[in-house]
Formats: sequence, structure tokens, C-alpha cells
Amino acid sequence: MSDNSVAATSPAHHHHHHNPALLHHFATEQQQKDSADLGMWIFLATEVMFFGGLFCAYLIYRRAYYGDFAAASSSIDAALGGTNTAVLICSSLTVVLAIWAAQTARRGLLIVMLILTMLFGCAFLGIKGKEYKDKFVEHHVPGASFSFEHEPIPGHPGEYANPVHAEIFFALYFIMTGLHAIHMIIGLGLFTWLLWAAWKGRFTPEYHTPLEIGGLYWHFVDIVWIYLFPLLYLIDRH
Amino acid sequence: MATAAVAPPVERENYLNKHYGAWSWLLTTDHKRIALLYLVSITFFFFIGGLFALLIRLELLTPAGDLVQADTYNKLFTQHGMVMVFFFLIPSIPAVLGNFLVPLMIGAKDLAFPRINLLSWYIYITGGILMLHCMITGGVDTGWTFYTPFSTAFTNTKIVEAGLAIFVVGFSSILTGLNFIVTIHRMRAPGMTWSRLPLFIWAHYATSVIQILGTPVIAITSVLVVAERVLHLGIFDPKLGGDPLLFQHLFWFYSHPAVYIMILPSMGIMSEVIACYSRKRIFGYNFVALSSIAIAVFGFLVWAHHMFVAGISVYAALIFSILSYAVAVPSAVKVFNWTATLYKGSIHYDAPMLYAFGFLGLFTIGGLTGLFLAALGLDVHLTDTYFVIAHFHYIMVGGAVMGYLAGMHFWWPKISGRMYPEMWARLAALIVFIGFNLTFFPQFLLGYVGMPRRYYQYPPEFQVLNVLSTAGATVLGVGYLLPMIYFLWSMRYGKPAPDNPWNAAGLEWKTPSPPTTFNFEQEPVVTWEAYNYEELDAPQHKQEVPVVR
Amino acid sequence: MFDNFPLWPARASTMAGNVDALYIFLVIVSALMTGLIFVAIVYFAARYRKQEGVLAEQIDGSTPLELTWTIIPFFVFMVIFLWGAVVYFKEHTPPRDATEVYVVAKQWMWKLEHSEGQREINELHVPVGRDVKLIMTSQDVIHSFYVPAFRMKQDVLPGRYTMAWFRATKPGTYHLFCAEYCGTQHSGMIGDIVVMEPAQYEAWTSGSSTGPLSATGEKIFGELGCSTCHRADSQGRGPNLQNVFGKPVELADGRTVMADENYVRECILDPGSRRVKGFQPIMPTFQGLVSEEQVNALVAYVKSLSKAATPGTNTAEAASPSDAASGKAR
Repeated sequence: MSDNSVAATSPAHHHHHHNPALLHHFATEQQQKDSADLGMWIFLATEVMFFGGLFCAYLIYRRAYYGDFAAASSSIDAALGGTNTAVLICSSLTVVLAIWAAQTARRGLLIVMLILTMLFGCAFLGIKGKEYKDKFVEHHVPGASFSFEHEPIPGHPGEYANPVHAEIFFALYFIMTGLHAIHMIIGLGLFTWLLWAAWKGRFTPEYHTPLEIGGLYWHFVDIVWIYLFPLLYLIDRH
Repeated sequence: MATAAVAPPVERENYLNKHYGAWSWLLTTDHKRIALLYLVSITFFFFIGGLFALLIRLELLTPAGDLVQADTYNKLFTQHGMVMVFFFLIPSIPAVLGNFLVPLMIGAKDLAFPRINLLSWYIYITGGILMLHCMITGGVDTGWTFYTPFSTAFTNTKIVEAGLAIFVVGFSSILTGLNFIVTIHRMRAPGMTWSRLPLFIWAHYATSVIQILGTPVIAITSVLVVAERVLHLGIFDPKLGGDPLLFQHLFWFYSHPAVYIMILPSMGIMSEVIACYSRKRIFGYNFVALSSIAIAVFGFLVWAHHMFVAGISVYAALIFSILSYAVAVPSAVKVFNWTATLYKGSIHYDAPMLYAFGFLGLFTIGGLTGLFLAALGLDVHLTDTYFVIAHFHYIMVGGAVMGYLAGMHFWWPKISGRMYPEMWARLAALIVFIGFNLTFFPQFLLGYVGMPRRYYQYPPEFQVLNVLSTAGATVLGVGYLLPMIYFLWSMRYGKPAPDNPWNAAGLEWKTPSPPTTFNFEQEPVVTWEAYNYEELDAPQHKQEVPVVR
Repeated sequence: MFDNFPLWPARASTMAGNVDALYIFLVIVSALMTGLIFVAIVYFAARYRKQEGVLAEQIDGSTPLELTWTIIPFFVFMVIFLWGAVVYFKEHTPPRDATEVYVVAKQWMWKLEHSEGQREINELHVPVGRDVKLIMTSQDVIHSFYVPAFRMKQDVLPGRYTMAWFRATKPGTYHLFCAEYCGTQHSGMIGDIVVMEPAQYEAWTSGSSTGPLSATGEKIFGELGCSTCHRADSQGRGPNLQNVFGKPVELADGRTVMADENYVRECILDPGSRRVKGFQPIMPTFQGLVSEEQVNALVAYVKSLSKAATPGTNTAEAASPSDAASGKAR
């Protein structure tokens, strides 16, 4: 039936010149690339579950305290949030262009696109910072100095939001957008390394896996925001 | 046991002696060395958790609370749980045996991401240091389940640090799972198809799926608990508009699948050990493999069976109860298949097989008592009592730890290049089995009679059962100490092990004992099915002559 | 059972026998299954012990066998599930006209108040043969009211009511335990359920002084000014509370909910979220201004304004299924 021996030739020991980026425990570059891709997708799955717990808590409270959440939502700046959404979508575009640049050996364009991506990322964080500052000034940050008195519930004239419930909105708002911002910052760190590697000429049409998986991560962070924005900013807006 | 203590022969190069020095270990990316790093760390935490258990059982010798103070006792059971669950049971088999064996079993040189593997260990150590520091500087007293609002608004113990420790160590688990999934998908040797994989690999694959999907939820839950505590938020606190049941749902959404992380790898070991010592293929390979996946999937659907009296609706309870029965079916199927494997086998009674027999009995009892708890009307009486404690210890200790010990014995020659003393190992297996049953069977009775869990003092009529349990615990402790002693002993004085002392099937046995750093001289090409014992035992294939050193 | 080696607690309630029957069935099934596996393992291990020159027979598997031992256990499990579900429904369906006792748990004691007015700490006196419904809440953390002799347990939560019920069948004193870890003195939060003959119980009851809980509630209702808006002539700015309890109520946000204990409690503590349709959002919240015991008294009073609620009557009628919905927490 079968041959029990292990002795069989394999490609692993051919003495051909291979990309210095090939790690020794992989048999082929394709195997290494496929592993990196699958690894990043799995990591993103874990991130979905990570944010998922927060989304779950948010949706439950939003349903329970809809009016109060609507009032709280109308106090955060949808224009700034919308701008941030556009910024992130543009940054995902520049990421895609960067990868295309690598695939077509356009090193200059690659570097420009990477820098643009990072600039968009910084813009996002800057706008977020402004939003946080506004909330701080308005005493909407949960904690000892939180205040949300006499805020009307949209669509229900004469009714005012329960500050206790509104504080839950803001707690979740800060935790969710804060966690997202931390992921952005990590993304910026990743892209700093990618920029450096691109500058050193490490990426070629045959090998640019770090760009691809870094891009995947960036797109994921973008998608999380695309869910966050309508959920948090657009409750009951007309 | 008459092994002369000779000077070790001049050894050929293997993964243990290739480099010397602390840095060669602390900066290694060799999956085998990382497995040993984990072995040392989880054994350390097992000791700590075990010490807490000993103190708990000593306190419970008498009805009055007279050994330690109430607050201290509460910290003891909390930390026993946290340390055992997060720092021993969850990592143990995957991080030690999984790390060591997964690449070997599939014919790879290492895991897909060796540096992430090392990072995983460092994250584990960081979490461990945080946990140790937390315990030393005051500890926590919420129970390992840290229910709110007690944990967020009432206790004044070190919740933040414990929450951080759990958050950190969770990433170790996630990264290990990620590594295994990618490795199993992408790095199988040519010819190693899915249906030729050892069932150990299937079990670790299923475990890894749970690790990557479940652990992030406990991570975010600890973040929320810490945030609530520090910032006085109201996510789980009813006084601030929050819902304590939301915490329980989030907590159990991970912590139930977590128990499958603890048992599935052990089941994988069972398949390897039982096949080897019956000298035949596991009966119903496809069904056993599929059962592992089924357990992983269904395991995510039953979490609220921990909440039947918590205040959930009757209709929710019905759904979770019926699903809990569904998840019991694949486990039962596995036990039947292992038992059927013995039929017309050629059974050897080596120590790993004795542990396997023990597993079969104890896991069966533990699993059956799960049926008691899944029955809604009965759970009302049994939940939060010693019945539950007995149930989960039967599975986690009688199941998972017995499996772990079976695996450690089975693969010890491969890992260390030495044989352990067989008679002492068989004795230890027997002592563990007896000690275990004496410790935990009385607890089923205690539970039905009404002794609640986490009780530091109890009515006098419960004393006899408690004394029996404590007596068992001392025996069990001896049973656990023995392997630690003789494994260490064997590293210096044990007989050098041949490449395949058990004439077992599997690619890992085709490497030297211990293996070289890169596992295989040449990438293997697999042309045979798993568990090919027919060929291994055929008369023309004698036991391999040990490789001359 | 045996004094020092107890195997099960006393059977002192109508549910105890049901629960024990299911338990015994499961013990038998488990013993059979364990025995089967044990015998199989021991027999195979001995019969097929390794022998010189005898090889193992490679058997891949048997799909019919797999199906058999999948489907049969599954059916057995479904039987157990159904049996457990039936018992659970009974446990969660308090009979109509059960006597009500309000329970407030706190670290680390049980405070109980009968609707007739008697107050107890860590003890509950009940007569044999009477349906008793516990309406429970916690002042601080989660506790759990556990009486092994009744096979009864229910978590007690802060911020809402949970219910449990029993009918005691045997006079005696039985353990009351807290079964949800709640801090330092969790294991000290124990008490006694004292089941008495009806005559003895009457004697015990007449010894108390405060008057029915609903009367206390009426007093608080007046003192806090509730009667200004909630007038019995329906002229007030708040809904008339006559005959409200136990019936559906349409809320301003369009939902219809059952006016049960939790509803009344939330109206007092978080009126904005429970506003009745057709009324202005002007009711102030009493969060922080009333204790749990006072809320209990108010709930008892509102109940007394409905014809259906006449606590203290013991009937032998079967429980009504709608009670399951009205009494059940979320």
C-alpha cells in the first residue's frame, strides 16, 4: 500500500537563489505569502469579535434607552464625524494605490501613497481630538464632572433625556471610538515601518506581502469606523 | 529501575544541545524550545493554583472558619480559579504539547510564525507577572467569574490589576490559536491531506478556532469592567442604569467555550494514546474528527446555561438547555469511539494508557453530570452548589489534566530523549485516579444535599463529606508530585530513548529523540494513512534499532 | 438521610419530589451508562490484552453503529430535556393567590416582610400547605435565595425584582443559604425557613404589630405626595392606579407592557422610561429618596388597588400560565 519512508526529495533544499525575505521554515515563497495572508485574516476575525462585544453592549442599551441615546447622539458633531468618514475612505484608496504601485514597480508613487495614507490617518486623529476636546468642554465626559441636564429628546418636544442613561451613551462612545483610535495609532506605527521598508526598496512586484497585510489591517480599521459612524452619530437624525 | 547513572554519552546534535545559554532559550524561535519554556511556566502556576487548593481544602476540614479569615478564603478560591483557568488549563496542552508536536506531526520545520510564537510566551509571562503581583499585593476576592456589580462597585480588592492580567494573557491564547490554524492550513507536508492528519491535530484545530473567536470577548469584557471600576461608569451597575446580566452574558460567551479549549486538546491526546496502545486505528476516525469541530461550534451556543437562575426568561432558558444537550452528543460519540477502538486491539498497559483509561472513566462521569446541570428543573437546585464544582473538576482535572499527563508520558521520550521510570509512572497514575475520586465524588453528594459553593464555613452535617474530600486532595497531591520528581530525575538518569520507543504511528516518531532543531532532514512526503499500525506491527517490520550515538 | 452522611436534603415542598424524581432518573441513566462503558473497557482491556504473535485487527469504523450511538443518546437527552423543562415551568409558575413575601437582600443578611406586615431578619415563618411567593430584590450586589429542602433557588438582583414560589409540605426548620457569592460574609448569610402547622402559624402571626404591608404603602403614598397626581377620581395629572396592576398598559413610546411588580418599581425609580400614553412626562424620580422596603410597600399598595390581588387566600387551584409572564423578570 504505501511507502513508509520519509526520504523523498523536496524543493526545500534546492540551492537556487531566493528572495532574502523567505524565512527558513517555509518551503516556498508562495507558502510564506499564503501563510501571512491567512494569518492576517484570522487576526482580523479576532478583532471583529473584540469590537463585537462592544457593539453588542451598545445595541442593547440603545434599544433600551432610545430617546436618551438619541439626545446624546445629537450632541456629537456629525459633520466632523462625516468628515472623518470621508478621510478614512480616502486613506483606504491611497492604500490600494500604494499596493498597485508596488505591484507595478512604481517606487516613487508607492512612497507618496504611503505618506498620504499616514497624513489622512493623522487628520483623522486630529479631528477626533477636536471632538474629544469639545466633549470635555461640554462636560460630556463620563465621570465626576459629567453633566447632561435638560437636553431635549429629538422628536419629543417637552421631554428631556435622563442624564444617567446619556452617560452610558458617552461611556460607550468614548470606549468604542477610543479603542478605534488606538487601532489607528497602531496602524500609523505599522505604516511608518512600511514606509521605511519601501524607502529601502524592499518591495518588488514579486514580494510586497507586508504591504498587502498592512493594507488589510488598515481597511479593517476603516470598516469599523464605517459602522461606528452611523451607529453613534446618526441616531434619529433627519 | 536499575539504571546506572553513567556519564551521558557524547550526544549527537539536537534541539536541546544545539545552543547553550540563557539567551539561546529566551530568544529562541524553535517551537520545541518555546514548548519547554511554557512547560516550566505553566508548571509553576499549577503549583501556585494547587497550593491555593490545598489551603481551601484544609480550611474546609472543619465547619467553622478557623484556618484563615473570611476575606482570605475568598481570595484563595478566587485566585485558585483564576490561576488554574487562565494560567494553567487554557495554555497547558496547546502551548506545551501542541507547540512541540503540531509541526512535527504535519511534517513542517516550525510553526507558521515562530517569532509570534515566542511573543506569545512573553505575553503569557507578562500576564503571569501581573497576576502574581496582584496576588502578592492584596489579591482579588470576586470569584474567578468576577460578577458585577460586586466586582465593579463593591469590592475593594485589586480588580484593575487582575483584569489587566487576564486581558494580557488572553492575547497569548489568541496568538497561539492563530499560529496553529495557519500552520495546519498552510504547512502540511506533501501528501498530508486533511484525512491523514492525526486526530491530535484535528483537536488542536478546533481548539484554536475557539481561542481566536472567544478570547477577544473576555478581553473586551475585562476592559469594560476595569473602565467601569476606575471611571464609575454604569454599564453593568443598576444604580447607574446598567445591567448586571449583560456582564454575565459577555463573560460566559467566552468562558463557556473556554472549557472546550481546555478539554479538546486532551481528547486529541486520547486518540493518539489509545490508538498506539491498542495498536490500531481509532474507530470512526471521521466521526471523531467531525465531533471536535461540532463541539467547537456548538460550544459557542450554550453559554447561558450558567444563568438559568440568574433572571433570564424561561424561553431563553429552554433554548440554552436544549442546545446544551446537543453539545453533549459529540462528546459521547468520542467516548464510544475510543472504547470501540479497544475491541480486537492488542492492549498494552503502559502508563500513558493507564491515564487514558482513567480519562475515559472520569470524563464519562463528568460529562454525564453535565446532563444533570443542563436539565432546567434540576439545575435550579444544583447550580451554585458543590455539584457544579464536582462536575467541572471531573472534566478539567479528571479529563484535561489526566490527558495532559498521558501526553507528557507518551511524548516524554521524544521531548527529552529519556525514558521515564515505567513502574513509578503506573503507580502515580493509580494514585492520581484514587485521590481524584476521593476528592471529588463526595462533592457531588455535598452539592445535592445543598452545600453552596464558595462557602468558608458550613453547617456541621456537611463535615464528613468535606473531610473525605480533603483526604482525597492530599492523595491527589502526592500523585501529582511523583511525575514532577521522576521526570526531572529522568533528564539526568533516565535511559536514553530510542527514536520510536512505542513503535507508534505519526511523523513525530520518525525524528530522532530528541529531534534536531529543524525537525526533518528532508521534507517528508506522506503516502500512508494515519494510524498505520498494521504496517508498523507487520512481522517484517521489527522494532527499530536505536540510533547509534 | 443519615445524619452525618447526608445524601439528599429533607423533602419539604411540593416541588422537592419532582426534582428528586428527575435526579434519581438521571442517576440511574448515568450509572447505567458509566457501568456500560466501564464494563466494556475492562472487558476489552482484559480480553484483548497484548499477546505474543497476535495482531490487532484494524477496523475503520461502522457508520450504522455511529448513527445508533448518536441518535439513541440524543433521544434520551431530549427526554431529559423535556422532563427538566416541565419541572422548570412548574418552578417558575407561582399559583394565583399565593401569599406574598417581600425579600430584600443585602450584604450580609436577608430582610423579609410578609404582606400581612410581619418583618423578619434571616428567618421566614410560613404555614404548611400555603403557596408562598417571594418578591425579591437586592440593595447592593447579586445574592441568591436558596432553600435546599424546597429545591428552590433564585438569584436576587439589585435594580429589579425576581420571583420564586414554594408550598411547604412538612413542618420543620430548614436551611436558607445565599448561593451567589457576595463578599466577605457570603457564607454567613444564612438563615432558617420555619414551617409551622397552620394553627401555630396563626398564633405567631397575631403576635406582630405593624399591619399589612399595603397599609404601610398607602401611608407612604400619601407622605410622598403621590396621591396629588395619582387620584382615584382620574382627575389627576397621573394615571389612576385603581385596577392597574396585573393588566397591560400602553406606554407613550408605543410599547404595551404588563403592569407587574417590576413595572411599578421602575415607574417609581425611572418614570421617564415608563410613561403611560396620554400623560405628560412630569413625574419626578424617587431614586435615592425611597428605600427598597418602601418601594416594596408601595408595590404592595398598588397591588391592593386591583381586585385580583387578595393576598393571604390559600386556594387549591392550579396556577395560571399567564402568571409566568407577569411574574417573570427579563
